[in-house]
Amino acid sequence: MNAVFVLSGLGIFSLIAEIFNFRRALFPIVVLGLIASAVLLILDWNTGHSYYSNMLTFDNYAVAFSTGISVIALLWFMMSSDYFHNNTHVTDHFALVIFALVGAVFMVSYSNLAMLFLGIEILSVALYILAGSKMKDLLSNEASFKYFLMGSFATGFLLFGIALIYGVTASFDLSQIAQKILSPESETSALLYAGVLLMMVGLLFKISAVPFHFWAPDVYEGSPTVVTAFMSTIVKIAAFAAFFRLFTTCFSPVSPQWTDVLIVITVLTLVVSNVTAVYQHSVKRILAYSSVAHAGYMLITLVSLTDISSGAMFYYVLAYAVASISAFAVLHNVAGEGDYAIVDSFNGLAKRNPFLAFTMAVSLLSLAGIPPLAGFFAKYYIFTVAFQAGHVGLVLLAIVTSLIGIYYYFRVIIAMYLKSSDKTESIAVPVLNQILLVICLIVTVVLGIFPDMLINLL
Amino acid sequence: MLTAVLIFWPFVAALIVLALNSNQAKGWALTASLIELVLSIYVAFQFQPTAEAQFEINTPWIASLGINFHVAIDGISLLLVLLTTVLTPFIVLSSFNHNYEKANSFYSLILFMEMALVGVFVALDGFLFYIFWEMALIPIYFICLRWGGINRGAVTLKFFIYTLAGSLVMLLGFIYLYYQTPGSHSFDIKALYAAGQSLSEFDQRIIFWAIFIAFAVKMPVFPFHTWQPDTYNTAPTQGTMLLSGIMLKMGIYGVIRWLIPVVPGGVAIYGNVALIISVIGIVYASCLAIVQKDLKRLIAYSSIAHVGLIAAGLFTMNKLGMQGAIIQMVSHGFIIVGLFYVIDIIISRTATQEISNLGGIRNIAPVFTTVFVIIMLGNVSLPLTSGFVGEFLLINSVFQYNYIIGAVAGLTMILGAVYMLRSFQQTMLGETNSNTRGFIDLGTTEKLVLFPIVAIIIFIGVYPAPLLKISEAAVDNLYTIISSYQALKGQ
Repeated sequence: MNAVFVLSGLGIFSLIAEIFNFRRALFPIVVLGLIASAVLLILDWNTGHSYYSNMLTFDNYAVAFSTGISVIALLWFMMSSDYFHNNTHVTDHFALVIFALVGAVFMVSYSNLAMLFLGIEILSVALYILAGSKMKDLLSNEASFKYFLMGSFATGFLLFGIALIYGVTASFDLSQIAQKILSPESETSALLYAGVLLMMVGLLFKISAVPFHFWAPDVYEGSPTVVTAFMSTIVKIAAFAAFFRLFTTCFSPVSPQWTDVLIVITVLTLVVSNVTAVYQHSVKRILAYSSVAHAGYMLITLVSLTDISSGAMFYYVLAYAVASISAFAVLHNVAGEGDYAIVDSFNGLAKRNPFLAFTMAVSLLSLAGIPPLAGFFAKYYIFTVAFQAGHVGLVLLAIVTSLIGIYYYFRVIIAMYLKSSDKTESIAVPVLNQILLVICLIVTVVLGIFPDMLINLL
Repeated sequence: MLTAVLIFWPFVAALIVLALNSNQAKGWALTASLIELVLSIYVAFQFQPTAEAQFEINTPWIASLGINFHVAIDGISLLLVLLTTVLTPFIVLSSFNHNYEKANSFYSLILFMEMALVGVFVALDGFLFYIFWEMALIPIYFICLRWGGINRGAVTLKFFIYTLAGSLVMLLGFIYLYYQTPGSHSFDIKALYAAGQSLSEFDQRIIFWAIFIAFAVKMPVFPFHTWQPDTYNTAPTQGTMLLSGIMLKMGIYGVIRWLIPVVPGGVAIYGNVALIISVIGIVYASCLAIVQKDLKRLIAYSSIAHVGLIAAGLFTMNKLGMQGAIIQMVSHGFIIVGLFYVIDIIISRTATQEISNLGGIRNIAPVFTTVFVIIMLGNVSLPLTSGFVGEFLLINSVFQYNYIIGAVAGLTMILGAVYMLRSFQQTMLGETNSNTRGFIDLGTTEKLVLFPIVAIIIFIGVYPAPLLKISEAAVDNLYTIISSYQALKGQ
């Protein structure tokens, strides 16, 4: 909980830093603050305290995900240092990102639907602005506007769902709702199912599952690359953790009613996103569809609930987020000022900057699920979970779609190592980015070889 | 401990070589692979030819999932590890005449590959086996992608996706078996054997296909071979040597270690199907080899034919076939690497791999011709070459199984003689033409590679007893597992 105070304080501090001309010192302070919040969160491990009349509960699930979010945020700040340098509204952006983090922490630790809603809104409002932060760029504006419209739409669904559930159970509290649903005298009404489905739709929007993914490619492409990286990692982690928390704690008694729906959505997500990604030229769009595809794999944990599902999901999101951050960091460096890269922009990267090419290759191999990298073990673990729950067909489908995934990830690898480019000047990479890429590389390999460190946490 | 060193030394060496500059990389890679060779020879001398798995390491790796780092060496593993460690220095040495761009990455990948291959041959945990199995695919993919020939992007991607698809289905089979193991589940080989053998016949059939396809793609057995000729042709020579000399043996080894004892019931039912498609593959690939105009492709198809015979021998499920398969694996490794090197020499000197453009090399390069003749005769399985011992045992076993199939399988020798002798005649004999006029006889490094290979081919052909002795106990052990299962079912 203290971490929330630290993060909020950090956000407010960033806002007033402009007045006191603290701009230069802001970056190290934010980094220290994030480290502090991660440490404070780890101290909360195994305490399981609830705060504010049971609005937030920092159980192990919440602590694990919040810490994950803080660490990924740290990596993200390393990646995007130049974004803050080249920008006029430095402090505003710092503040927005940090407030978004606060929202993300709420989303993984709520135990009251009101807090879920607040978390999502805090996160989203900040991101609507960040998506449009290239003010003179039409695409960025479009992204912002689209994201805003779609996001509000989704929030509408979510709120409607919450209202219906309140109508049935007369409570916003997760455990009370679960009790009401379980209690024998409660008549499980159509209202409840409608509420569950509406909330599901709202959250599926946020994790961009098919068929609620249409905004994702455009928004990802239009936003500045660093913001895209933020959306596809931290936002995804938070939204998925919120989704998982809600459906496993609160709606698990009615799981037969929503599991079938979710299986259909999972199948659609896996197939549509992977197939569409094959036809993309922009690397950012490929990564966008890949992010949608990974949401599909994560959904598998939710439709096959066993006692190891949450561990599998946690491992998966971290493996995915680390690989994505480093892929986006490379993309950011390759694309340069224009912030736009098609697959051909990667031609000959192995010659222009072997280090970038190597890290990109490792990240993509991890995303594709090739052993011994983290992405492989993540997929493997999810397959075992699904197998245990008896969804063999789903596993077979997931295998086929991962093979399709290989195709588009390898297009970039082939471009880097095989094709030659007329550009020959080497690409300079800022020191901070180099450190970030090395860290991501090490984490991806080490997590893959020693997954035991993480999978038993939850 | 020794086994772990054997696995991870090439990996350490790969990192060292990667850090060097391109000029130093060659020498260091050769030194590293020679150190590995010395290590493996030491292991071979320490090895007791019993059925026991030796030099065992068994420590928890991912404890919560019942995955152990379990490696050990028995007779079959030892032969394949030796094959790997003997061939790798030759493969490194064979590249000395080429000047590859970014040579440090190139040699680093070869050493990385050696690690994965050794790992595959010693792993006794299903998950560990799978990890090494896939790890072998990454270096070879990048070797082919970066240093390969025309159209390598598409060809290597096809190869990668093809083999990965096969192995993912195998992984699925392993996960299924894993959930059949008692208690908190385990991937240990003994547990998987027990789980597999306790399955109902129907389940064994499904698991058989799930696992078999992965191995069949790797070998490759007809009709899963379509990736192979293109990939062999496109890959740089060293890549082709790794693929055909060692990597292909992964598939056969997989059948021996991870298919037959795991689902003996499934093999008993579908073994004949596998046998028949293997034999079809022999004839089919031999016929295609006869009509090839391109030397490299010809050898690629000949490789499919020979592997088909090995697979056929294995699925007869008799001891003779297994013993023959193991000898032939070793022999084929040396012969095919020798052949691809011979062809590489021809291509690099004449700049053509079309058979019809060549001719008359014998007139100007007698040493080269002699070497080529011996290796070629090994490939046609002439007595006193290593090819004969293995193929004789294999054909014999197929004959015992069914004499008609045996007769068809025996065609491999005749057809092999047709395409090998004809291609030899067309490239080496006749009039020297403009392409071959400047042909220089073997240089020092080339002799260093080819002479030992020729010596090994002849040595195994004349005196195969050491190989048989090393593997015999392990083969007996395997045979006992199968026959005890069958006895159990027979009751």
